[in-house]
Amino acid sequence: MKIKVLYFAALREALGSSGETLELPADVTTLGGVRALIAGRGGDWDRLAQMKNLRAAVNQRMAEPDAAIADGDEVAFFPPVTGG
Amino acid sequence: MSVSVQQADFDIGAEIDALLAGRTDVGAVATFTGLVRDINDGSGVHAMTLEHYPGMTEAALEDIVTQAKSRWDILAVRVIHRVGTLQPADRIVLVIVAGSHRGEAFAACEFIMDYLKTRAPFWKREDTPAGSRWVDARDSDDSAAARWH
Repeated sequence: MKIKVLYFAALREALGSSGETLELPADVTTLGGVRALIAGRGGDWDRLAQMKNLRAAVNQRMAEPDAAIADGDEVAFFPPVTGG
Repeated sequence: MSVSVQQADFDIGAEIDALLAGRTDVGAVATFTGLVRDINDGSGVHAMTLEHYPGMTEAALEDIVTQAKSRWDILAVRVIHRVGTLQPADRIVLVIVAGSHRGEAFAACEFIMDYLKTRAPFWKREDTPAGSRWVDARDSDDSAAARWH
């Protein structure tokens, strides 16, 4: 299954990427699994594992690590928000 | 239309007039305006850039307004949040709440700001004499939002 992944703010800058299309292995079915898959690339991508206050959204709604991921989903990772 | 994310500045008086146009049931209007300060965490700030998540940001703001309307008996709400590069003293955010009486208008306005601060995907980057830095989230914003749980 294929998903879209987006990165924002300090995380986007650290990764040097605003997003990508990702083909998921069959055993990756949750948001936490996607995070671990990307962090497992090592190098700068390990930030996804190290950032303890990392926030995430699935299809533009805030989501927790156990959220299910389906084909065509839009997943986003970002630091805590600082608007207002 | 109750929520806008835009680069352009806004006119508070014109926004209040537009929100109240044609209504005669409003007895109280509470507004909050957020501005760019020229100092933060001990450093001078000469510019601030706001990033957002197009689509999710608007949806998150709409959701916050919906929650406010379900908690308080209010009549109309307008939220505007600017993005892009701003200078000290520029307006960043506007919340207008119109209701029958002041109590509910004040409370809903504060609730919307507290939730916006912790739930709407915006990120601030400041330009200081020492360089550019991303603004860290504040624990005090989390505790302000938690008051309403």
